[in-house]
Amino acid sequence: MKIPKQYLEVLPRSIIDDLEADPRFKKLTPAKQKLVLDRVLAKYKRMQIHPGECVGIVSAESIGEPGTQMTLNTFHFAGVAEMNVTVGLPRLIEILDGRKDISTPSMEIYLLPPYNKGKDIKRIASEIKEVRMEELIAEISLNVVESSLEVSLDKEALEELSIQPKFVKTVLEKRLHGNFKCELDEKSNIITITLGEKSKDLKALYRLKESIKSVYVRGVKGITQVLPIKKGEEFIIVTAGSNFKAVLKKEYVDPQRTRTNDIFQIEEVLGIEAARAAIVEEAYGVIQEQGLNVDIRHLMLVADTMCVNGVVKGITRYGIIREKTSVLARASFETPLRHIFNAAKIGEEDVLNSVVENVMINQPVPVGTGLPGLVTKVK
Amino acid sequence: MISTNGEVKMFNPNIPVYKKIEKIVFKTLSPQLIKKMSSAKIVTPELYDKEGYPVDGGLMDVRLGVIDPGLRCGTCGSRLKECPGHFGHISLARPVIHVKFVRTIHNFLRGTCQECSRALIDDKKKKEYLRVLRKCRAEKPDLYWNKVAEIVSEMTKVSKCPHCNAKQKEISLEKPTTFVEKDTQTRISPIEIRSRFEKIPDEDCELFGLNPDALRPEWMILTILPIPPVTARPSITLESGERSEDDLTHKLGDIVRINQRLFENINAGAPEIIIEDLWDLLQYHVTTFFDNNISQVPPARHRSGQPLKTLSERIKSKEGRIRRNLAGKRTNYSARTVISPDPLLELYEVGVPYDMATVLTVPEVVTEWNIDYLKKFVERGPKEYPGANYIVRPDGKKKKITDETKEQALEELEPGYIVERHVMDGDIALFNRQPSLHRMSMMCHRVKVLKYKTLRLNPAVCHPYNADFDGDEMNLHIPQTEEARAEAELLMSVKYHLISPRYGLSIIGCVQDALAGNYLLTRKDTKMPYHEAVDLLFSAGVTDFSRLPKKPEVTGKEIFSALLPSDFDFIGESKAVDIGEKTREVIIKKGKLVKGILDSNNLGQGAGMMLRKLHEMYGEDATIKLLGNIFKLGIQFLMKRGFTIAISDMDLPKEAKQQIQATLKQAEEDVNKLIQSYHSKELRPLPGRTREDTLEIKILERLNQARDETGRIVAEYADPDSHTMIMAMSGARGKLLNLAQIAGSVGQQALRGKRISGGYSHRTLSNFPKDSLSPASKGFIKSSFSQGMRPDEFFFQAITGRDSLMDTALRTPKSGYLYRRLSNAMQDLKVEYDHTVRDVSKKIIQFRYGEDGIDVSKSEGGKLDISPVIDEVLGK
Repeated sequence: MKIPKQYLEVLPRSIIDDLEADPRFKKLTPAKQKLVLDRVLAKYKRMQIHPGECVGIVSAESIGEPGTQMTLNTFHFAGVAEMNVTVGLPRLIEILDGRKDISTPSMEIYLLPPYNKGKDIKRIASEIKEVRMEELIAEISLNVVESSLEVSLDKEALEELSIQPKFVKTVLEKRLHGNFKCELDEKSNIITITLGEKSKDLKALYRLKESIKSVYVRGVKGITQVLPIKKGEEFIIVTAGSNFKAVLKKEYVDPQRTRTNDIFQIEEVLGIEAARAAIVEEAYGVIQEQGLNVDIRHLMLVADTMCVNGVVKGITRYGIIREKTSVLARASFETPLRHIFNAAKIGEEDVLNSVVENVMINQPVPVGTGLPGLVTKVK
Repeated sequence: MISTNGEVKMFNPNIPVYKKIEKIVFKTLSPQLIKKMSSAKIVTPELYDKEGYPVDGGLMDVRLGVIDPGLRCGTCGSRLKECPGHFGHISLARPVIHVKFVRTIHNFLRGTCQECSRALIDDKKKKEYLRVLRKCRAEKPDLYWNKVAEIVSEMTKVSKCPHCNAKQKEISLEKPTTFVEKDTQTRISPIEIRSRFEKIPDEDCELFGLNPDALRPEWMILTILPIPPVTARPSITLESGERSEDDLTHKLGDIVRINQRLFENINAGAPEIIIEDLWDLLQYHVTTFFDNNISQVPPARHRSGQPLKTLSERIKSKEGRIRRNLAGKRTNYSARTVISPDPLLELYEVGVPYDMATVLTVPEVVTEWNIDYLKKFVERGPKEYPGANYIVRPDGKKKKITDETKEQALEELEPGYIVERHVMDGDIALFNRQPSLHRMSMMCHRVKVLKYKTLRLNPAVCHPYNADFDGDEMNLHIPQTEEARAEAELLMSVKYHLISPRYGLSIIGCVQDALAGNYLLTRKDTKMPYHEAVDLLFSAGVTDFSRLPKKPEVTGKEIFSALLPSDFDFIGESKAVDIGEKTREVIIKKGKLVKGILDSNNLGQGAGMMLRKLHEMYGEDATIKLLGNIFKLGIQFLMKRGFTIAISDMDLPKEAKQQIQATLKQAEEDVNKLIQSYHSKELRPLPGRTREDTLEIKILERLNQARDETGRIVAEYADPDSHTMIMAMSGARGKLLNLAQIAGSVGQQALRGKRISGGYSHRTLSNFPKDSLSPASKGFIKSSFSQGMRPDEFFFQAITGRDSLMDTALRTPKSGYLYRRLSNAMQDLKVEYDHTVRDVSKKIIQFRYGEDGIDVSKSEGGKLDISPVIDEVLGK
């Protein structure tokens, strides 16, 4: 049976889905189905929120109150298959602050078939991981007389990452700045770097030695660790470090399911709506993980306030609080003097239509029961 | 800062103001305005004459308002508390710079021509920028100052005036308040600055972000200083009769003194150096008058060395005017004391001690119908309990009732008067416990006046307040107007807060004894004679026994069912398993508990699905009544039955102890094997991990398994009828884990998700071998609490104990700040009549609240549950 249009238009999707999924509902006669729908609709209407309800405060309370019950334990080592991620209060603060550099960026990379069944999983993982020279170097020795560096490569590391010494040599030639010559001894896997005539200088040699270590060899920049794990039926790659844009470009990556915990990367790649959804999911995940119960609507409201302007703004004095129209509301939060002086410079007006200002001047606040007025004039 | 279009109207306290404030305009005071609103020119630093009377032209001049009872204000003629105070002024002998505007002054100096005082920008660009700025102010006010900064930085780079071609010298700011021409190192005096600024056209000011109407650039150089009214800086009379002046008065005294000296010196034609010095000193005093916390300026101090609190410090920070006095206020008609539990109170009641009840009052308007009733209160006076403390005459005059005035008060009492009578049973009160983190932290209760000295509440409402009775204090407020009472009762009553808006489930439920009691009562083996059951029900507040089956012996389930409505159906799951049953099913049919036990899963807070269903079907009044009855029934049953715990509850049979020992031994051996395999390099690292990590993970896994195993053994062997087990199983208090720790083994102590490490070099404590990885050396506690721990085990427990204490101490301020930010950011979001969620500027945040418009506090765990509707239609 199809649910009539008049209900489809009014009832939210989730309730329709629930009804359609219920086996008992399917078995009912159309007349009884209509009865159920009518009653559900009546129940739904009873549950509607009232106009004037100060939903902002309720949401703030609902997130702030369990905050006191969260642990400050920053890290999470859940058994074997996960890397360290910031959880609990610090992570929640991080999300709501709209912080650009999060403390533990991480990705879950889903793969397209056939790779998600484990094909080449090791190769893919090691291809994604960012490799820097220091991981490949066993030893660097300085030859002061020749003004050269002898970089002996770690054979095991090379094998594990299946990198050819030749490749390393070309990388070094390409990425290192300065005047020098590279030679590779294939037997001993030693690359000798000799400085050019002009720049023969002990200091330059030392500088070169240091800079070699951080030379980028291959992989996706920003991804410092990879770990292929089995999730359900398929293999996914969990990473430490995140580079959403670059990873999505890889042909074996499933771009629809792959995710990152870096909200700004999501905003950059997928846009504000995706960022808003990410904020909701990340924050909800943190709260759930702590075993606390907060309705998702509260998090949606916070995420929406953070994203209304089309860019993610944190709940800080530089973010959304700065955008308040009322001088007194801004002043009552932080740096009151700055706000008052700036207001005095431009003759700013406060029309007193939000909450704190009216508390300050002892007038009813324009939410809830403060909203309706008397039509009759009181004399 | 606050002005009314240049016109100053005096405040007259005799004309009551019924007006609503429509808006507040922020502007800067112009010298003309300062003079206009000034009621006295201050010329002498002296405060009082020999008689202690304020000196004319002094800082405490009576024309600035009065703070002494008996004196009359020199400006408006009213007395203390009637006169709000009036501003005065000082004419400064030489102009000084206002510190709070130095940045802007610097911008103007660099961005305007030093010859013709016009902005260093050509007319075409000026027009364009003005348009951009005005647009920005209207559309994106939060980016206005960024735009201004851009434009200013462009103008300050210009070295030649586009209007008069004059070459511009570089001007630098020597903090805090001196401006210097960089090349010649000569100071630009405030007089010079001011004369330059006076010539700046209004339009050019806008390029610097100023609205010339609100602030003309030359006003930033002060020539005249407003003196705040005396009432804003009252002096305190100490016990010794000595007067102690306010910090502001001290500072102003310094300013006046230096100003007078500067005047005298100028008039006497003193050498320029002396004048300059005095001028600098005046600048310093004016600077610190505005802000005593400027870097590079030594703060002005009291003689005792403590820094003065001047204007900025008065406004700023948590203790400042805004957050302390404006965003939060103090109230009368409130009380605070220690709380204690009283399970015999109703959920919606609060026990108020007599001592409080005779101080807290409720105003009642005298009418011809209640005059006799109210006269009795006045007659009893303030000391006898249901009495009255004050009567208020229709003209607003308040009279205290004492033994002497009682007779007169009784005589004059007539309709129109207000009697402030003592609070009585049934009066409305707001009850609150800090920290008030959510709206359930302040609820409306009915007063119940009781003896003894504490405020009392039903233990079931502890949870929303997060209260316990280890010395907690709570606050009580008595609303004073009819509107306040109506709102309190209709919005804040306990009965409207049974469901949490956080997750849509009941937040108030049975706790502790009530849970244990109902668990025992509804267990299959509970039976009692009919008359005892009636006794029990009566003591729980039930008077209708028709629902109790009339037979000589009734079961506990039948007794419990007597409370339920006769058409209540419910299927749920309990926490514990009933005797002789295999499932946790709970079935209530037609108001009869057919099967199952009622414990914390259905009666408790948070989860309480049965309570949620009752609320859905019968409304809050029935639920709160029923909850009260269930609560009392549990307690009364427990009281009749008797309930106590003993150490012997935790005693295990020998074989259980042996099993635990064997389990622990096995675990230890397994761990040792793991360690060995690590040392012999047999241990394969897990993908993406080092071998050390892998070992740690495996060891932790094995030890946790061992602890769970001991827990299982304890649960298996412990006597299910021992009271400790009853508490754990019913969810009243304690978990099986606690029991396992007491009887079995305390288990691994984890610090930041790892086993304990560090301490000494290569080991945790010196009684272990170096680099030991054994369970014992890394914080595994083999002993149980009842056995007692070894010293090293005790030490490890102390480590984790302290860590968790630190965690709590560090977390509280962090989460508090997060909460403050959230509530500040979202406080003015509300649902509009068109169902959208909008902020103050009517910007749409959500088109439908939570995408479906469902109010969480009316939902069932945030959802609309369709299955009961289908059940209903199916006629189940």
